[in-house]
Amino acid sequence: MHKSLLIEVFNLLAIILIGTVPFLSIRQLAKASIILITLQILIAFSMVILIFSKGTLTFQYPGSIITGILTFKADYLSAWFIGLISFTFLTGTFWGLKYLEKYQQYVSKLKIHVIAYVLVYTSLIDLCLIQNTLLFLVAWEIMAVGSFLVIIFEWEKKDTLKAGINFLIQSHIGIILLTLAFIWVKIKTGSFDFSAITTYTSIHPALGTALFLLFFTGFAIKAGFVPFHTWLPLAHPAAPAHISGIMSGVIIKIGIFGILRMITLIETQYTMAGYFVLGLSVITGIYGVMLAIIQHNLKRLLAYHSIENIGIIGIGIGAGCLGMGMGNSTLLLLGFSGALLHTLNHSLFKSLLFFTSGNIYQATHTMNIESLGGMIKKLPHTAALFLMASLAICGLPPFNGFVSEFLIYKGLFSELKASQFMFTLSMLFSFFGLVLIGGLAMICFTKAFGVVFLGNTRGSVYIKTVECPMNTIPLYAIALVMLAIGIFPFLFIHPLVQTIDLFVKGNLSIAGDTIHNNLECILPAGLTSLGLIITVLTILLLRKMLTTNKPIKEYETWGCGFPGNIPKAQYTASSFIHTYSKLAEPVLLVKKEKKVARVLYPSEIKQTTHPFDKLEFLFIDKPLSWYRWVINQFTFLQNGNLQYYIFYGLIFILMILIFPLLVSKLTAFMNFFNQL
Amino acid sequence: MISIIIIFTASLFFLGIVNKTRSLVSGRKGPGIFQPVKDILRLFGKGSVYSSTSSYIFRIAPSIYFASVVIAIFMVPHGNVPGIISFNGDFIMFAYLLGLGKFLMIVAALDTGSSFEGMGASREALFSMLIEPAFFILMGSFALFTGYTSFYSIFNTLHFGNHISYLIGGLSTFVLLLIAMTETSRMPVDDPKTHLELTMIHEVMILDNSGIDLAMIMYATLLKMVMYGSLITNFFIGGLPLFMSIPMFFMIQGSLAICIGLIESFMARFRMNHNPQYILMLTSVSLLVFFVVLLILTKFN
Repeated sequence: MHKSLLIEVFNLLAIILIGTVPFLSIRQLAKASIILITLQILIAFSMVILIFSKGTLTFQYPGSIITGILTFKADYLSAWFIGLISFTFLTGTFWGLKYLEKYQQYVSKLKIHVIAYVLVYTSLIDLCLIQNTLLFLVAWEIMAVGSFLVIIFEWEKKDTLKAGINFLIQSHIGIILLTLAFIWVKIKTGSFDFSAITTYTSIHPALGTALFLLFFTGFAIKAGFVPFHTWLPLAHPAAPAHISGIMSGVIIKIGIFGILRMITLIETQYTMAGYFVLGLSVITGIYGVMLAIIQHNLKRLLAYHSIENIGIIGIGIGAGCLGMGMGNSTLLLLGFSGALLHTLNHSLFKSLLFFTSGNIYQATHTMNIESLGGMIKKLPHTAALFLMASLAICGLPPFNGFVSEFLIYKGLFSELKASQFMFTLSMLFSFFGLVLIGGLAMICFTKAFGVVFLGNTRGSVYIKTVECPMNTIPLYAIALVMLAIGIFPFLFIHPLVQTIDLFVKGNLSIAGDTIHNNLECILPAGLTSLGLIITVLTILLLRKMLTTNKPIKEYETWGCGFPGNIPKAQYTASSFIHTYSKLAEPVLLVKKEKKVARVLYPSEIKQTTHPFDKLEFLFIDKPLSWYRWVINQFTFLQNGNLQYYIFYGLIFILMILIFPLLVSKLTAFMNFFNQL
Repeated sequence: MISIIIIFTASLFFLGIVNKTRSLVSGRKGPGIFQPVKDILRLFGKGSVYSSTSSYIFRIAPSIYFASVVIAIFMVPHGNVPGIISFNGDFIMFAYLLGLGKFLMIVAALDTGSSFEGMGASREALFSMLIEPAFFILMGSFALFTGYTSFYSIFNTLHFGNHISYLIGGLSTFVLLLIAMTETSRMPVDDPKTHLELTMIHEVMILDNSGIDLAMIMYATLLKMVMYGSLITNFFIGGLPLFMSIPMFFMIQGSLAICIGLIESFMARFRMNHNPQYILMLTSVSLLVFFVVLLILTKFN
């Protein structure tokens, strides 16, 4: 039974913390939560190391009559996700503690926050292990409610509460879909165990695809695939920064985990599913980044970027599925390894971006890009970290984002030469999408970094705090890991290959040759990144040597002869993307309010733009308004007269009585006709 | 190794030939062909003026830009000789390295807080986004054609067997030349010689750079041009021995320079809002290359 010890201690720590939180003072609360959560994270890391060195762990509990035997299985896929979730929670906890120092007077709020935070972390780790559908749904529900509670930390703000409730409803739609899928399997097989999914689908492979799509839709709501993404851009700006980082970094990744887990379980022909996932992911990626560019709220921009990155991960998964379906081991290997690595990478750089945006928020109390500017002089560490994360998210070397995108590209390019026309075209379509996503991400992050951190301050923003270098230690830790993955990606080959072994089914096998030929190429890519860093440093050194004796002057920016107010004349975020938004106008919708000068003499002119999501409008707002319209047609029934309500009751009773009578008469009548 | 030496050699006179051609066509004598390099060398010896608005980003960006181009050149093969860095999928890294340089140049332009440089940065960001698919689809067609994913293996196995495959060579030269001209901000997308800041892209981004930084940016742009030229050369030299391929390299570089000079002499710069259409046209031509390759593979093999 010692195999289960780690996970038992892990859950016990969570229970201890939750149990003691109500009795602690604010100082003790900080200490207790940091110690216990760190302990939990250490246990999780040791679990990861144990799994990757010793192999899969399986253990069972007797359970009850209803649930049947409760199986827990920690395989390589679980370990991969436990690792990345725990790392983000580690940095998020330490950074979040500093972030929440400003809220010390709200004791009860903080207590609820800590409880919900621990619940989310514990349930996320448990979700990676649970192999029983009922228990899985319970853990999933705890995770959803816990996330809701941590999002609405500032619940007195109306927008925050609205975003939180939106999140809660949408994640429950996801849960309904998952429940339906699980019930389907339960009814057909009579077992709540995950292995029942495999048994059922290996008997009915045709239904497997349908089951997979049902699961995919359920998990896609959590992961934020378009068009199920609408809760994301609302919830991320509403949550406190450390929660946004964790949510975007790992909570949405549990959706990806679910999809990958179902792929390992469901036995079916994956070609159709692969095409579907690939197509949806390319759309998700492009749509996410296209909307990210036009956002003025920094956190909203980052939220749309999460959608884009989910798209990139999805392209990897789709390619992997196609590889499974076509029996193409190269594509399977590169697609899934790209997707897994990008999941890890995204959790790193996106949490870093959200944490740094939290620094900006605490310094300026605004997230509006248009009123920021010149922050690099006030927050130099934050600026450097944001720049590194921006480079990583654009997939530029020498950071980690490049490695995972490189693997996906490699997969798509290697398998262009296939016999099927459709297949080649879909590969073309995918890498075209990936290139476009990369280019658009570059516009987006040059805008975000350039406008927020560089130039002069654009609005009259009051800057409060000077950043404390101590606070940035967890953030530098993330940056260091990002750089390490970028330079030494080969360290991940072994765990990746182990994990991908789970996806190899049937008569397909990955030869050592395939692994060698395809994954080994990230070794020179990493070394090239190292070479790049060395070259940059050498050039900077040479430049320093050459310029030591040269006169260096400081002067105002050259305004091309314009001597006036340069800060006012700066390019703003809207003007930076003006040409782009003109080009993309058919896809995007930007509400504009203009007040132009109509008379000869100067008068006030004004223009405000409100970017909004066309798909959200089409898929959520429109149907809701139709629904409301339909329901409104029946308002005459609700007239408030007691007599009428009694009358409705009477009609109801009468109908219940008459209906069976009517049916029996009708059947008699039909029988009579049949006899004729 | 050989390709680096000849690329750096060719960079000494490439821009000179372009300028000489333009001068001769417009009826002037023009400066010598080494003048652009002399200008750059002169800048290396000068001091700098920095804007008081700018931060360290502005100071390190030119060096990173230069380094990214140098590392990208390390990947370019020459006929039978692979580049110093050569691995499967290296052209993906090649494009992303250039992207790193571009990212930092755009950000550095925004660092000065100038409205003109912001304008240039915005255009550069948009146009480089639009141009990227053309390069990737072109390389994708070669990956499809040869079944390899590294510069060296692709160029080494390119055999233009029949008439239609010559069309691929021609079309891809066309696409790559225009990509090179857009990336290095030549006509017809950008006019480096204009003196109106509003109409420039790349030149307006570096308005505030001076001294060694400006020298590095100018030299990196020049190297980029020659680098694309040597990619084009690789379409044609194939497996020729070095004593034939090196003169051919210089001949092709020279003719490309003359070609660019002629295009710039006889073409006017596009209106800014026509540029996206022009650049997307490149993507569609490279798609054409892709489909021609598909046609060859299914019909003629």
